[in-house]
Amino acid sequence: MTPLLHLSGLTKAYPGVVANDNVGFEIAPGEVHALLGENGAGKSTLVKMIYGLVRPDSGEMRLHGQPFAPHEPRAARAAGVAMVFQHFSLFEALSVAENIALGMDDAPETDALSDEIRSVSKKYGLTLDPDRMVGDLSAGERQRVEIVRCLLQNPKLLVMDEPTSVLTPQEVDVLFETLRRLRDEGTSILYISHKLEEIRTICDNATILRLGKVVGTCVPSEETPRTMAEMMVGTELKSPTKRPYKPGRVLLEVKNLQLPSKDPFGTSLRDVSFSLHAGEVLGVAGVAGNGQDELLLALSGEELTDTAAITLKGATIGSKGPNHRRLQGLLAAPEERLGHAAAPDMSLTENALLTGHARQRLTNKGFVKWQATQNFARAIIQKFDVRTPGASHAAKSLSGGNLQKFVIGREIMQRPDVLVVNQPTWGVDASAAAFIREALLELAEQGAGVLVISQDLDELMEISDTFAVLAEGRLSRVRSASGVTIEEIGLLMGGTEVDHAAA
Amino acid sequence: MLRLEARPEPSRAMVMLTPIIAVVATMIAGGILFAFLGNNPFTAIRIIFWDPLFNDMVASYTRPQLLVKAAPLILMAIGLSFGFRANVWNIGAEGQFIMGAVIGGGTALALYPLESPLVFPLIIIMGGLGGFLWAMIPAILKIRFNANEILVSLMLVYVAAQFLAAMVTGPMKSPVGMGFPVSRNFNEYQSAFNAELLSNTGLHFGVLVMMAVVVLGYIFLTRHIFGFQIRVSGQSARASKFAGVNPHTTVALCLGISGALAGLAGLFEVTGPAGKLSTNFPLGYGFTAIIVAFLGRLHPVGILLAGLLMALTYIGGELAQFQMSIPAAAIQVFQGMLLFFLLGVDILVNFRLRWDTKSKEAH
Repeated sequence: MTPLLHLSGLTKAYPGVVANDNVGFEIAPGEVHALLGENGAGKSTLVKMIYGLVRPDSGEMRLHGQPFAPHEPRAARAAGVAMVFQHFSLFEALSVAENIALGMDDAPETDALSDEIRSVSKKYGLTLDPDRMVGDLSAGERQRVEIVRCLLQNPKLLVMDEPTSVLTPQEVDVLFETLRRLRDEGTSILYISHKLEEIRTICDNATILRLGKVVGTCVPSEETPRTMAEMMVGTELKSPTKRPYKPGRVLLEVKNLQLPSKDPFGTSLRDVSFSLHAGEVLGVAGVAGNGQDELLLALSGEELTDTAAITLKGATIGSKGPNHRRLQGLLAAPEERLGHAAAPDMSLTENALLTGHARQRLTNKGFVKWQATQNFARAIIQKFDVRTPGASHAAKSLSGGNLQKFVIGREIMQRPDVLVVNQPTWGVDASAAAFIREALLELAEQGAGVLVISQDLDELMEISDTFAVLAEGRLSRVRSASGVTIEEIGLLMGGTEVDHAAA
Repeated sequence: MLRLEARPEPSRAMVMLTPIIAVVATMIAGGILFAFLGNNPFTAIRIIFWDPLFNDMVASYTRPQLLVKAAPLILMAIGLSFGFRANVWNIGAEGQFIMGAVIGGGTALALYPLESPLVFPLIIIMGGLGGFLWAMIPAILKIRFNANEILVSLMLVYVAAQFLAAMVTGPMKSPVGMGFPVSRNFNEYQSAFNAELLSNTGLHFGVLVMMAVVVLGYIFLTRHIFGFQIRVSGQSARASKFAGVNPHTTVALCLGISGALAGLAGLFEVTGPAGKLSTNFPLGYGFTAIIVAFLGRLHPVGILLAGLLMALTYIGGELAQFQMSIPAAAIQVFQGMLLFFLLGVDILVNFRLRWDTKSKEAH
């Protein structure tokens, strides 16, 4: 049988990096094929070549045995290749049908389109009302809009880039049900993810990329997540060891925290209350856009609130700015590394000064002690194994994982009493992620309180002592992490408080 | 298709070389311009860049002029450079320059003929204050209503020019000026006159202040935490907020400093080299200072050199007008080219040009 898609010898080089080096594999009709690899392994470049966004320097693609070289996405779509991107391109102020029409090459009349949307969404179990505003939809529903848009064009190959990163576990189940139906009808799916458990569940075969090269193939159902991760990274991984948790004194107390969002599509924090103890790692789960950024801003002091809403070691600090809080021992590391946690064009030394100057006493009457600052930066680089030629290099020249190690290291090296981190290992390679988690656990072991906001449930299960869910700006009750199941968390993430009988 | 592609880390040597490349490119393009105007381009370039300093026929007059012209440019450019680094765009230094001259000079005219050693310090303070307050208008409108400071500060230049005209035709008109719209001449008022300190050097008190500001600006920018915070603000608003910088403070500080320095420049100019307030007083130094700030890489030492170079083009340009009857506008075009080439070369330092080659199937 001819494969649906056959790739051979695909090579694409960018200045200073070979993104894809002689990549080749095949996808059979009706196959769900996983593309596995760490960030920077070349997955995106490969997919962009298939979808006509990037042209290969050399190599060949064949679709149904015919040469296939799309020079733009329109050509790829015409040939039967559709793609659902990780980040949606939808207009929030337009309805579902209008959004779908905008993305189609020749859209039918609105009424006819609405009927088509209804029939396709019914056929594949993707509940979707064509008349609703996209701004009112959850992330999972928005993804359905993108998927339905693709399905209306009867694709032979559906490419999905990290489709589950914004979904609750229940939404993931619905998505997989849809993907299985598509597969049974003969549609092939190229599935890109670094969530190994999912790949085991849904994919028939996997191709593993590392540094632009194919380093192996496997049948995911015959592997463990660990063996696949080791193929991705190329080394053995050690998982952090969790110590028993004994709650110490209360370090941070948040009571009825309110923060109205300034962004019309942002999320306001409503009545957030929790306490964080010495030695505790509190994991806050939730789907992106449910108030995570706002919670970090309110705790770091970038957004000020009612002064009594936040108490640090007995002192109310809700109305105090970031540097006051740092001096008192409350430190934070935001999600966005470049442009928020670090200034992109500034050197690592200057970025060490960015949050370190108050607590590390890097200034004298306002004058910067550059030598001391450089020593501080070097200490971070050394202790946190940041791979860079030196502290004088710009933050943006570092890879995501290395910069994240620097950002987290910068805060941990200041010996905080309370550390708040948002998405500490987002887009970071597996070995750096393991390193960062280990460092957070070690900090808690030394008696600090650590608040980890993350969308990665596996990560939270691995390191949290206690656990809460942020949904629509409200924080659930904090409970012990040991007794929680993934299903329970999933319901909370959808905004439903589960009935919790006393344990 | 031509495409720009960001370089990961621009070469430091190229960043330093950019102004020199821009000057050379300006000489070439300016030479072509002068040739089209029917002049020998080599003579014109020589007259602009060489004669003011080294031609004995004119140098005794032109050499001191170098400091006189450079001082206000450098003083203003240093103030502007802080704001430009922090993405606070004060385009209205010309207006603050005028207001410094009017408020400081007006204070002197009000005190005339009181002779006291306190008069000069007082009018310096009033000049700085005039520029500072004028710059606070865009600052407050930006902070309070998020009004664009580029537009507000620029429009206030014309308000300031009208205010100056109203003053010199009204309350500040010289009683001995035979009805012309000019103020009393400051060289008749010993206590307020900004005299040349060493004869035939062009060195007046404002030049000393300028030199002090270059040194202080350098220290402020590279050694002090406020200089660091200004640089962070320009890089990323979110990172600076995370670092605990209040964006409103940055706006007020940057506009305030640049306004005060422009006001001082105006005061030194009106009480010294210009000699009197008149409707011809605004010379466009406030706009040229923007070029000086960028040509000097927003760095105090670079600005010092760029200010001297720009002063040279003013003086050389005047010489070229006299000797070759090149129109005054051609000199302004020449200065504009300098900024154009600087920004152009800058882009090539930070990006590389690429031709997107069409692949085979597109044919």
